[in-house]
Amino acid sequence: MTSPDMNPADVSIMQTPGQQSPNGFKSAAAKAVSKAASPWLLPLIFGVGGLLIWEFGLWATNPERFLLPRPSEIISVLSEDDRGVDNTIFESIFEASRTTGFIILSSLVVGVILGVAAALITTRFRATNEVITPLAVAMNATPIVALAPIFNNWLGLTSPRSNQAVVVLIVFFPVFINTARGLNTVDPNQIELMQSLASKPWTIIRRVRIPSALPFFFTALKLVSSLCVVAAIVAEYFGGSQSSLGSKIITYAGFTQYDAAWAAVLAGSIIGIVLYALASVAERLAMPWAHRSWNSP
Amino acid sequence: MPDIRWWRKKILLACTGLAGLVALAGLYSLYKVIGRALDDGQRDWWFIGSMLPRSDDRNMPPIRDILAEFNQPTREGGDPLWNLIFDGVLFTLREALVGFVLGVVTGMVIAILLMRFLTLEKGAMPYIIASQTVPLIAIAPIIVIWGRKNFDFLPWEWQDWMSVSLIAVYLTFFPITVNGLRGLQSPNPDSKELMDSYAAGWWQTLWKLRLPASLPFLFPALKIAALASIIGAIVGEISSGQSDGLGFLILDFFTKYSTAPERLYAAIIGAALLGLFAAAVISLAEFILNVHRRQVANAQT
Amino acid sequence: MTAERATDNPQVSEEGLQDSMDTLQDSMESRQHLLGSVAAQGVSKVFLPNSTSKVTALEDINLHISPGSFTTLIGPSGCGKSTLLRLVAGLIHPTQGVVQVNGKPADQARKDRDYGMAFQTASLFDWRTVRKNIELPLELMGWRRGARQQRAAEMLELVQLPEFADSYPSELSGGMQQRVAIARALAFKPTLLLMDEPFGALDEMTREHMQAELLHIWEETNTTIIFITHSIPEAVFLSTNVCVMTPRPGRISTQIEIDLGKRTDDTREREDFFASIVKVREALRSQEST
Repeated sequence: MTSPDMNPADVSIMQTPGQQSPNGFKSAAAKAVSKAASPWLLPLIFGVGGLLIWEFGLWATNPERFLLPRPSEIISVLSEDDRGVDNTIFESIFEASRTTGFIILSSLVVGVILGVAAALITTRFRATNEVITPLAVAMNATPIVALAPIFNNWLGLTSPRSNQAVVVLIVFFPVFINTARGLNTVDPNQIELMQSLASKPWTIIRRVRIPSALPFFFTALKLVSSLCVVAAIVAEYFGGSQSSLGSKIITYAGFTQYDAAWAAVLAGSIIGIVLYALASVAERLAMPWAHRSWNSP
Repeated sequence: MPDIRWWRKKILLACTGLAGLVALAGLYSLYKVIGRALDDGQRDWWFIGSMLPRSDDRNMPPIRDILAEFNQPTREGGDPLWNLIFDGVLFTLREALVGFVLGVVTGMVIAILLMRFLTLEKGAMPYIIASQTVPLIAIAPIIVIWGRKNFDFLPWEWQDWMSVSLIAVYLTFFPITVNGLRGLQSPNPDSKELMDSYAAGWWQTLWKLRLPASLPFLFPALKIAALASIIGAIVGEISSGQSDGLGFLILDFFTKYSTAPERLYAAIIGAALLGLFAAAVISLAEFILNVHRRQVANAQT
Repeated sequence: MTAERATDNPQVSEEGLQDSMDTLQDSMESRQHLLGSVAAQGVSKVFLPNSTSKVTALEDINLHISPGSFTTLIGPSGCGKSTLLRLVAGLIHPTQGVVQVNGKPADQARKDRDYGMAFQTASLFDWRTVRKNIELPLELMGWRRGARQQRAAEMLELVQLPEFADSYPSELSGGMQQRVAIARALAFKPTLLLMDEPFGALDEMTREHMQAELLHIWEETNTTIIFITHSIPEAVFLSTNVCVMTPRPGRISTQIEIDLGKRTDDTREREDFFASIVKVREALRSQEST
């Protein structure tokens, strides 16, 4: 792309000359500290700033407070008694997060295993690939959460199985499609190299196709790590355990306890963030050669 | 020549997809047959009913009945079901479309801002990702009330479905921002230097180079966004208790499942068709804009 | 020829509107003989000057390029050829010294669109047809559609690709793409053409063909050309003037004038062609030993 004798520092071409050396005057120690902290520093500043604006913006303008409570109100509601149960709201939400978290995690694992297995099988056998892949693409273009009420009838109104089934499907299709695409997007020279070494098809899959499918797989994994929280909570609308985040949110919103509802929503968000972080860490461990992508923390 | 090949590929895809659907319906019926045999043999398997559904006509109405139900009125002397579903699809489509358009614009504006200001990208990107883990959809009723109270300054009357569209925006903007940013950053250094050598301004570079370069990245995102806006609309309706649209039908037929299970199936088929329709429209737009000529090697979406 | 070119540009210069017509006339007359010239005086370029990883890319460069000449920059990787070209282009600014193009600062020349540029990759926009790619700079300069189309047709004629006007770049071979890139660079008839290893990625046969083509264009348009290459025969065949550069820090060690007269295919087999090659090669060698 760039000519070979271009200086590496030429990347700074787009900058004005004055910008070339932001760290010019710092000592080596200060530089090491700022280097370690820099990926976290800006997000931290933005996060704290955002919270302050949320808190004091609402405090200053004082809108319909009960609809969007301030962060401090959400925190303080946690210690209040939960209506109708012998718990504080924090304990209720914690319990519900455990229920929902288990549903999400178990279905995530099952969905990922099924998705990867399906991708491997369809890649190995051409015929299945040509029939199943278009079908999967089509299924992935449909709102799968809408199946939640059907699963409820199939697997029992109060059983967590119905919620799990929805999340498994939500996870399955993106993982399957992306992994299959990754397995099929391989440098043909690498395949030829393996064939020239008389490798068996499964060896080629293991040595060449799987490594080159990893980025696609992790893209899907990060995608579903946030999708599955939403899917689980929506599925819980239709049934499943009474002590789940979905049914808690309905209950709180129904009693106009909006700050408690927000707290439950944020608990769901925390589950999603943890899953996303886990997926990112796994991505780094699995692909140490590609950890400089922009969206890994 | 490549056009013909593209069409052939798409038609083949549609045919195999259709064949797959038929196969799926076949599997469904086959499962019912096996299930009946098991029931007749008085065999009880632990996973039937917990991992797999029971196959009686209440849990799994025969395909024939589901198809026939489309033509039945839902109440005495009323319109046939397909009519009801069609109206629901239109209502939901309007919500989703408004959400989609606003979401694409919002997503692109955010992507352009992130591209322009590196500090913003570094500081805000984690929160943009985290925003998608917030199940805002779950508090649709709160959003609806909030919408009623806060948009009275608009020249038109705020309606509840518009709040549902806002929820759709929240789900829609994200894939556009992520892929749009990648696309905007995709031009190689030579192309950027070329624009610099013409002393092209920032807006000119955006308009002539970055935006066209982002299109191949944007279209996969548009497909995801279209589906996200439909999901947002349907679930938003369910959650906020709208009395129109597909979401309402699904919720309504869910509560009346014991009397007419076929209707729920029919409504869900309607939702699936809406999703497929949206995907087809985006594919067509991709074709018309000639984007399929320029597949990006690494579009991982 | 040069005077004609200066008035050829239909774009209304913003500065020109602010200046009075008199001073405009004055400056144009005084700069007339400088059109197509490049001058670098005591130029050095240091990247990241305040950090530990600072790199002196160029040091004390003095270079005078006269209008209508064909200058080649040659040297090993990392000798700062590309950096020098970008300084002339006004894309980066010297740490010390001045670079003047057409008798004005390089950055001003860039803003006035005094030069065209071609890269190692053709860098065509793959969503634009060949014609639209050539029209790109003209669009940016605010030309009307009719004028743009006419010029694009002329340029396609010049690079002998008129039948590919409505093709997309992906439908063209590497050599054809590079010809389109040259046509794009010349579309607004700049006085100066900057080329950063444009033929580096082409196969030998195509490359020789393109060299002949470029010389033909050069003769026809009388444009000043600065050309970067790694190939000694290419440098000798093309240029009137070869600048041999040394790395770390980048300097111009030798300037060799080449006088082979009008180049034809036979030139490549002539004694004086080989003699010049030997001269350039020795100049490149001698710096290795020091």
